[in-house]
Amino acid sequence: MNSRWRILVVDDEVAMRESLAAWLREDAYAVDIAASGREAVAMAAETAYDIYFIDLKMPPGINGIETMMEIRKRQPDATVVIVTAYATVDTAISAIKEGAQEYMVKPCNPEEISIFVQRVIRLKSLERENTYLRRRLSRRYSFQDIISKNPKMQAVFELVRRVAGQRSTVLIQGASGTGKELVARALHQAGGRASRPFVGLSCAALAETLLESELFGHERGAFTGAVARKRGKFELAGDGTIFLDEIGDIPPKLQLDLLRVLQERRYFRLGGSEEIVMEARVVAATNRDLLAAVESGEFREDLYYRLNVINIQLPTLRERREDIPLLVDAFIGRLAIEAGRPVRGIAKDALKLLLDHDWPGNVRELENAVERAVVTASGDILEAGDFDFLARAARTSERWEVPDGLSLDEIEKRAVEAVLARTGGNIKAAAEILGIDRSTLYMKIRKYEIPR
Amino acid sequence: MLLCLLPTAGVQAGDLAGAGALAADVFGFEVRTLPPLAVPDATFDARRGQHDSSLVLATALDLCPPDATRLLVLTGLDLAIPMLTFVFGQAQLDGRGAIVSLARLRPEFYGLPPAPAVLAERLRKEVLHELGHTCGLVHCTDQGCAMSLSVNIVFIDRKKARLCRDCGARLAARLETMRRGADPAEE
Ligand SMILES: [Zn+2]
Ligand SMILES: [Zn+2]
Repeated sequence: MNSRWRILVVDDEVAMRESLAAWLREDAYAVDIAASGREAVAMAAETAYDIYFIDLKMPPGINGIETMMEIRKRQPDATVVIVTAYATVDTAISAIKEGAQEYMVKPCNPEEISIFVQRVIRLKSLERENTYLRRRLSRRYSFQDIISKNPKMQAVFELVRRVAGQRSTVLIQGASGTGKELVARALHQAGGRASRPFVGLSCAALAETLLESELFGHERGAFTGAVARKRGKFELAGDGTIFLDEIGDIPPKLQLDLLRVLQERRYFRLGGSEEIVMEARVVAATNRDLLAAVESGEFREDLYYRLNVINIQLPTLRERREDIPLLVDAFIGRLAIEAGRPVRGIAKDALKLLLDHDWPGNVRELENAVERAVVTASGDILEAGDFDFLARAARTSERWEVPDGLSLDEIEKRAVEAVLARTGGNIKAAAEILGIDRSTLYMKIRKYEIPR
Repeated sequence: MLLCLLPTAGVQAGDLAGAGALAADVFGFEVRTLPPLAVPDATFDARRGQHDSSLVLATALDLCPPDATRLLVLTGLDLAIPMLTFVFGQAQLDGRGAIVSLARLRPEFYGLPPAPAVLAERLRKEVLHELGHTCGLVHCTDQGCAMSLSVNIVFIDRKKARLCRDCGARLAARLETMRRGADPAEE
């Protein structure tokens, strides 16, 4: 079907745009119309059309050539046909010079326009085929949701495949943002537990008593405020997987409790007398050097060995730079859809910039950077300029204070900027802090042109 | 399901009969022929010496009886749209109205002697094509299928007055839903 191909017909004359659109629709193209250059540019910002038919003379506002130049700035790959009522060599030459692929004098022969559109579509199909092959390639290098062709990561995939079906405890170690939770989920999925619960808990975020009740649950009246029985994460995980993130941060008393559960595979709810069998697989993760913590006495040695039955070490992004192009490609594919932006790829110099960056926050930081660039990019290809914020974030971030004499818009703009800087460009986290949803944040970033 | 056949002045009874027979045979329409349409001057572009097919079709649709499922205009006028030098016909995709012109189907247009059988066959192809559009069919890549795009008379003569298997199946499914009373064109 042709319906995947999108065409925009731009003409101030209603009869002209309506009838051409109707004629093209009979060929199963998805055809939209715009009555002015401005409208066309606005529509092109929302949807990446494959072909644009633009009338040269369109008063008032911006004319056909200007419209084409605006659109080409955002979508260098788009095919633009300039349509005019009179054939003059001058306008034809200037249209072609500015990047029009074709110049048509109306009325034109149905054969001419039909052959032209078919030729363009054939070429674009080939391009799409190439993109498809590239995506297939990235699937070849992916395991569950993790993408890599790096030998260390390939070894991790192999290990995960091998031990996924077992119940032995797994300890995943790696710097923050290296994908520890993804590996835990991959273990869960690949081990045939996909239909069972995967329950995650970050041990760093909670106070000791709260963490205890989160893990083991409690009976009604077990402590002040325990107004009802509550099931703990171990129980909720059933015979699935419980993922204990930042295990290196749990307090000494809980280290002992956890050790007991791992040894005996049974436990009590807080304040309870009914023994509960623990059936879940335990996967723990940390970005700390646990062995050093054992040596300094912060972490129990016996618990360490209980957890470390199978050890998975994740490399930093610096150690697997060759994955950056694959990862960027995959992120663009997903994030462009999520953010509803017409981004399809990345320019060479922008990719080089990403390859050279240090990525202290690893894959997650890379993902955040791509997300931010996708949201703010003006074209369908991410350019080096779309990643300016990386250089800016590297500089010292100043504290934000409210100076006098600012409009509400200006204050809002600065607030959004400040929060984005603090979250390292993480849209989701920033939206949460600001108390707005992601799409609203996207809108504000675009409105205030924040990274520019 | 009622199809109203609306001729303009100059269309012969034989042309109407041929178009009506195809609409009845292929689509199962009950066919009613309306009194000829007086085409308004405003639809004529004197500079080009042609009528604007969108405007003629719009005029006809205004006069169409409400109980008609489809309206087919048959005209001897040479039709065009602003972007194209001519059209053999035009249809509302998934819509109610279609128009077919005899002007460029006649051998005389190409300097050849009249040939009623040739004209009748070409007319059947174009009626099938445009009514097919009103039932949601889009252009087909099978050059022998009536739904393939014809940009000149050679293309019309190359195709047959019937649908390929895919288009035929699509039309059958669509007619089935229409018979059950659900026609996207009426929404
Ligand atoms: Zn057609
Ligand atoms: Zn067909």
